[in-house]
Amino acid sequence: MNLQDFLLMRQELLLTLAAIIVLAAEIFWNPAKKKSVIFFAIIIFSLVTAAGMIPSEDGYLFGGMYISTGLMRLMKNILDIGVLIILVQSYTWLMKPENEERISEYFILIFTTLVGMDFMISSGHFLMFYLGLELATIPVAALAAFERYKNKSAEAGIKLILISSLSSGVLLFGISMIYGTSGLLYFYDLSKVFAGGSLQILGFIFFFAGMAFKISIVPFHLWTADVYEGAPVNITSFLSVISKGAALFIFIIVLYTVFPVIIESWQKTILVTSILTMTIGNLFAIRQQNIKRFLAFSSISQAGYILLGIIGANQAGMTSVVYYMIVYIFSNLGAFGVITAISNATGKENIDDYNGLYQTNPKLSLTMTLALFSLAGIPPVAGFFGKFFLFAAAAEKGFYFLVLIAVLNTIISLYYYLLVVKAMFINKNENPVMKFKSDIPTRFGLMICVLGIFLTGFASIIYEYIKNLSFGI
Amino acid sequence: MDILSLFIIIPLLTITGIILVKDIRNVKKVAAIGMGIQLILAAVLIFLYVAERKGGNISEMLFIKDIVWFKSLNIHYAVGVDGISVAMIALTSIVVFAGIFASWEVELLTKEFFISLILLATGVFGFFISIDLFTLFLFYELAVIPMYLLIGIWGSGPKEYSAMKLTLMLMGASALLLVGILGIYMHSAPSGNQLTFNILEIKQYVIPITAQRTFFPFTFVGFGVLGALFPFHTWSPDGHSSAPTAVSMLHAGVLMKLGGYGAFRVAIYLMPEAAKELSWIFLILTSISVVYGAFGAIAQKDLKYINAYSSVSHCGLVLFAILMMNKTAMNGAVIQMISHGLMTALFFALIGMIYGRTHTRLINEMGGLMKVIPFLSVCYVIAGLASLGLPGLSGFVAEMTIFVGAFQHPDLFHRVVTIVAITSIVITAVYILRVIAILLLGPVTNPKYENFRDARWYEKTSVIALILPVAAIGMAPFWLSSTISSSMQPIIDKIMAINLF
Repeated sequence: MNLQDFLLMRQELLLTLAAIIVLAAEIFWNPAKKKSVIFFAIIIFSLVTAAGMIPSEDGYLFGGMYISTGLMRLMKNILDIGVLIILVQSYTWLMKPENEERISEYFILIFTTLVGMDFMISSGHFLMFYLGLELATIPVAALAAFERYKNKSAEAGIKLILISSLSSGVLLFGISMIYGTSGLLYFYDLSKVFAGGSLQILGFIFFFAGMAFKISIVPFHLWTADVYEGAPVNITSFLSVISKGAALFIFIIVLYTVFPVIIESWQKTILVTSILTMTIGNLFAIRQQNIKRFLAFSSISQAGYILLGIIGANQAGMTSVVYYMIVYIFSNLGAFGVITAISNATGKENIDDYNGLYQTNPKLSLTMTLALFSLAGIPPVAGFFGKFFLFAAAAEKGFYFLVLIAVLNTIISLYYYLLVVKAMFINKNENPVMKFKSDIPTRFGLMICVLGIFLTGFASIIYEYIKNLSFGI
Repeated sequence: MDILSLFIIIPLLTITGIILVKDIRNVKKVAAIGMGIQLILAAVLIFLYVAERKGGNISEMLFIKDIVWFKSLNIHYAVGVDGISVAMIALTSIVVFAGIFASWEVELLTKEFFISLILLATGVFGFFISIDLFTLFLFYELAVIPMYLLIGIWGSGPKEYSAMKLTLMLMGASALLLVGILGIYMHSAPSGNQLTFNILEIKQYVIPITAQRTFFPFTFVGFGVLGALFPFHTWSPDGHSSAPTAVSMLHAGVLMKLGGYGAFRVAIYLMPEAAKELSWIFLILTSISVVYGAFGAIAQKDLKYINAYSSVSHCGLVLFAILMMNKTAMNGAVIQMISHGLMTALFFALIGMIYGRTHTRLINEMGGLMKVIPFLSVCYVIAGLASLGLPGLSGFVAEMTIFVGAFQHPDLFHRVVTIVAITSIVITAVYILRVIAILLLGPVTNPKYENFRDARWYEKTSVIALILPVAAIGMAPFWLSSTISSSMQPIIDKIMAINLF
């Protein structure tokens, strides 16, 4: 392996190295100062993130099993930034006495899943893709069960691992059908011989179902709410943003490179699932009392909107999907950051508990409002731009009906987002969340999110940058 | 720095100022200064505009500033004004300025109140100066969303219900609008050419008629909801009656005009063929709005509800006039927007002031106010007379122009709807005079009323700022109507062009 190869794979290799360093720290660090591992690990990870930003050339390794393009590196960088925010937000939670023992465990698991995601995104071969996918999934289940002394957390872990294995099995079954009909597993080779026979379409359906589990598209979404509710808040935000993002990224790449021949079949599939995902996600979100379940259903519906960018199979579509993921990372992490802060300070996780929050914690309420408005797509925050571009991409290919359904869904979503805003600003509460001051890392994490929510929208340069890297069919 | 962008920057600076102010009592002063500057700026804009036109500049939009924003989608930050937008900007500045003074007594969360109010105004100003559909839509939504908090927190009555209803209905309208705008964008140029959001570029190209037929209803209804188009007007009575004074003023006075302005600037201007084909449906709906609103106002007992229904009626008249699609009627529509904006703001301001004294808005519980608060009562009478279209005040000029224009259509259908709409004048007179009789005249019904103080200085500022232009337009309408009608010409030319083939 020469330097050139190393540079191509630097994100994966450095992350692996980071995981090993944290492991070594766990062994050799002075047990009395275990807490300082948090800073150490976060600094290491920011270095990895920074190293990922260094521009480098495109190329492939291992005969095309591993591919690195500008778009893939961008996707990995987006995930890195998201994870960095989550790590900063986890600070207070990790400092709790019951988690102290397992600080390095947390970082090692997160780094490992991220390595898996990076490999998955960079894969040029179905086996490589599958390996990455598994590596990205299994540690997440361990993370979901991180608070194992809590029944709900353990339950979330076991649910996640069972569903993941099932969906991986389904996915693998689909891949095997594609392999059986063509004898090929390389994306590039497949794209040339893929003819769209009925067995191949069946294979695609299984592949789609497997991915739909990961992205939690209706009707494969049933695990989402339970797992999100049971897992610790930081892991929930990881699941809803990073896991989903990584799966969406590779899904769109595979769809555009391997399956362009059967575009009509998958456009129909996506049309139906997108409508279902948006509508059902939104309708269920209205009834939720627990704020984590609430955001779980909201994130399901968000996936439905993102499908609008995929369905057009055009360059604008891919651009808008990647762009929306950036917006979504900042917005959702902003909302989860507030939930984490409140959950850490008081342990409260119900929407009713947020009544009168503005009286006691105005800054947190404003951050939450901004994040929710961004999720709802209200200007001037970034979500408006993200949604507009998604819808424009679908409209470009004439899916006006789908756009209409989607915009009507944004109104439903606005209703329940406003319910939370109403709780914070308007509802009276005898016993509101007390006034508290969050520590510096939490505030820092929220500040990044707020800046991101504002700037991503106005900075057209980000959109143009992604546009130059994206491709369509 | 171009003059038009200042209309967005000054409110934003004012908001920053309000955030930075330490002493809560100074918040309203900062707001008043900021919006005062805005008012002066609007006056300057009018002078510059008139000077430019006198100097022989005949391009459709003046003071154009065009900055490329999202290059690959051809989204620009593009601003420019013609006579109509200048008039709307002047209206907005006056109403916002009066609104600040009308909410001088807000105690609860003062800072947040003025921030939301000015944010709303920013959206409105941005909307009127935009000539790019994307920014236009962005500002439209920006103007709607602060309304939720303004009504929800500072409102009265069933405020949470009203706030939610208003927000969802208006955002629902904007959802339709989004589809319409995307449809226009995708058909904004011959295939293969660069698509555009710029109104001035789109109008040079005739959008294919099939696309027009699909997207005109979306666009028109999208704007129509904000202009209280029947049967989508139901947010208006609830919203206006629950909103705090300044918000009712701004909403009925300015925000509802966004609907009328957008309907002709975007829907009719860019898709005149479909407008011509489909106008009969919307004419029926708007004439229902006009008459139904007026009848609704008769049946109400609450002052704010009366005024809200009367707004439905008057704003329905705006859309009605726009759909007549000839120069006289459309001129009348713009004058009506301005006239109604001023007088309804005046109404809501006065109702707020009366409510602040009597603590009731039910007309049956009040009486003889003319004796105890003569200043406010006389102003109320003036507003009422303007509303029922007395010559010498702005309402007369507007309604007269509209109906003259509407009668220029010789066919039976247009005649019938026009006559139906004209009946609203009589009905308007009924509810206005009835309120004046019960509320203001007669003996003082409640002994407590004797202690009332008449208008304070800030209330007078607010009211006079609104009455002056109402009277000015009524006495000398030619200033306004000549500005408007010269700007209306390109729009009329575009509509007339379709009759040729």
